[in-house]
Amino acid sequence: MESWRAQPAVFWAFVLPGALWLLLFFIAPLALIWLLAFGERVGPVEIDITWTLANYAGVFDPVYIGLFGRSLWVATVATVLTLVIGLPVALAISFAPARLKPLILLLIILPFWTNILIRTYAMIAVLRSRGFVNFGLEYIWQLGTAVLAPFGLDEAVMGARFVPLELLYNNTAVIFGIVYVYLPFMVLPLYATLDRLDRSLLEASLDLGAGQVRTFFSIIVPLARPGIVSGIILVFIPALGTFLISDLLGGTDSLLIGNVIERQFKAANNWPLGAAMSFVLLYVTFAILAIRAWVAGREGGLGKA
Amino acid sequence: MTETPAQTPIVTFENVTKSFGRTKAVDGVSLAIPRNAFFALLGPSGCGKTTLLRMLGGFEHPTSGRVLIDGEDMADVPPNRRQVNMVFQSYAVFPHMTVAENVAYGLKVTSVPRAEIGPRVEEAIAMVRLDGMAARKPDQLSGGQRQRVALARALVKRPKLLLLDEPLSALDKKLREEMQLELVRLQTEVGITFIIVTHDQEEALGMASDIAVMKEGRILQIAPPRQLYEHPTRRFVAEFIGASNSFECEVLGIEGGMARVRAPLLGELKVERAAADVRAGTLIVRPEKMRMDFSSPDPDPGEVLVRAVIDQIAYFGDLSIVYLTAEDGRRLQCSRYNVNRIDKGDPPPGTPCTIGIHPEDLLLVGD
Ligand SMILES: Nc1ncnc2c1ncn2[C@@H]1O[C@H](COP(=O)(O)OP(=O)(O)OP(=O)(O)O)[C@@H](O)[C@H]1O
Ligand SMILES: [Mg+2]
Repeated sequence: MESWRAQPAVFWAFVLPGALWLLLFFIAPLALIWLLAFGERVGPVEIDITWTLANYAGVFDPVYIGLFGRSLWVATVATVLTLVIGLPVALAISFAPARLKPLILLLIILPFWTNILIRTYAMIAVLRSRGFVNFGLEYIWQLGTAVLAPFGLDEAVMGARFVPLELLYNNTAVIFGIVYVYLPFMVLPLYATLDRLDRSLLEASLDLGAGQVRTFFSIIVPLARPGIVSGIILVFIPALGTFLISDLLGGTDSLLIGNVIERQFKAANNWPLGAAMSFVLLYVTFAILAIRAWVAGREGGLGKA
Repeated sequence: MTETPAQTPIVTFENVTKSFGRTKAVDGVSLAIPRNAFFALLGPSGCGKTTLLRMLGGFEHPTSGRVLIDGEDMADVPPNRRQVNMVFQSYAVFPHMTVAENVAYGLKVTSVPRAEIGPRVEEAIAMVRLDGMAARKPDQLSGGQRQRVALARALVKRPKLLLLDEPLSALDKKLREEMQLELVRLQTEVGITFIIVTHDQEEALGMASDIAVMKEGRILQIAPPRQLYEHPTRRFVAEFIGASNSFECEVLGIEGGMARVRAPLLGELKVERAAADVRAGTLIVRPEKMRMDFSSPDPDPGEVLVRAVIDQIAYFGDLSIVYLTAEDGRRLQCSRYNVNRIDKGDPPPGTPCTIGIHPEDLLLVGD
């Protein structure tokens, strides 16, 4: 850093373009939305900034609070699931032969090459009543019926008719969608920490008599904490604000706070309320990050995430 | 199978080879280590010492051959089921645990009664002189202190076999000497077999009951320290353990344990053969076994005399090493104890002198 400061021209040449970009496309729109939250609608498109707090008061409507609670719950469940699925995946990649690692990582990143909208629609094709999962189940049902028919057991065991599972348009589908879309955000930081893990520590644990499971929980998980924390943040925050996935995969009762915000800006045409909601969401996110930083700070040297 | 347990070696390698791709890290090693030995593996970097230890720990599997511990084939026994503990070359101290937690880990994961853990951990920490540091994290310790945590962590398990991969390399000379004595004391007291890898030949000579010298994956010689130093069978061993002066020679005849040889500078002599299979090779003599005379040649009877010129004298406190060039251009070295405190003045480079060698101090070793 010191040597950079000694060369101000070079320093600014590198910093300025990025700083301008952020100012123009991140800070400025954010400031606009922040202002809008204190505005009043005076016409179909005109908004006056009157510094009213009515929009913020409107956010704390019990209906919205309930939606907010559900969003937190859905995001939490989805994040825990991505962690539970992502950790073994990341571990497997870090132990894979060096030759295969780039290939497996490519497979993990591959879905990013397709637009999230298309990926989510693809999930519909998989989950709907006449989708691939139910086709598969129906095939198994037919096989079972055919096998059991000679014994006259087919109706008793398999039922008279194949009833497709209701996999779509509910909270489970939303959580499934979030896990599917955000899994790479969990796997990649986990892999980055696990790959750097000193293998001799694992050997030492085995040497001292611990089994693989004990080694996993006593050595690997604590040492992978920085990656786990990054992964949780990277998944939880977008999951909390998601509206596309809940819109396409969710039912009438799986509305999330993201959907409500989207509606304020579009269908309801209430930009000030939408802006206030966005900022409340932002403050909650900040609060969570602050708590995490505080916890890491208290633990001293360990929480270097 | 009629052997009693006390007679079966604790460790047996049967023609073990370990290849990594094209490199043979360990090449056809057969070896038996007796119970309660303090066994040292000595050899240059990359000769396969760590690989040999890792096969005992269960972290590498022989490409061919068998490894037995206590008479039991270890092929299918995972590391956590072996009564063997290892002090890793890289220490491998758990960074997220305190010193005490590190030491306690191996007891907690096995079925050691909770009440027993505390006292045993304390005892082990005291043993490696880390008392007062039990609550520290590894990043608050020096390299040598971390190494001692690794040692305590293995010792506290009271294994049948303790594997030490250069366990003292990060310690300063004084602490290293203390820990060497401590290890020897521990080994005799607790009666565990120790296998220690080291680069440091003095460490091996001073501590071990037996030493194996390795080169390029093979074991060249296994012997107790004194025999290894005084009776090396191969030129590599002689030059790796201590210093030696070598004279290539022509063997004229073999007479039992002796050989008649002709060597440049030394002429024709009768010398001891290092082993029964040594029929040709090199004559070696240790630097401290050569008599050096700066003034008039005053030969002992039977001594061979070599004339040389002093190149340089290196002073090491207790002794000095005199580097010389002999008549035929061969480089030699002699060592002398500095028995007088008053400096009598070393002769300057270029001073001619005479070296006296007793034929009984010469040994014919294989190449
Ligand atoms: N995992 C591995 N993959 C490939 N080659 C290896 C591996 N482990 C060791 N080797 C090679 O095997 C040989 C022996 O290695 P080893 O670590 O046993 O040496 P060492 O005697 O312990 O050396 P040092 O004294 O430097 O620790 C070396 O040539 C090394 O490069
Ligand atoms: Mg080594």
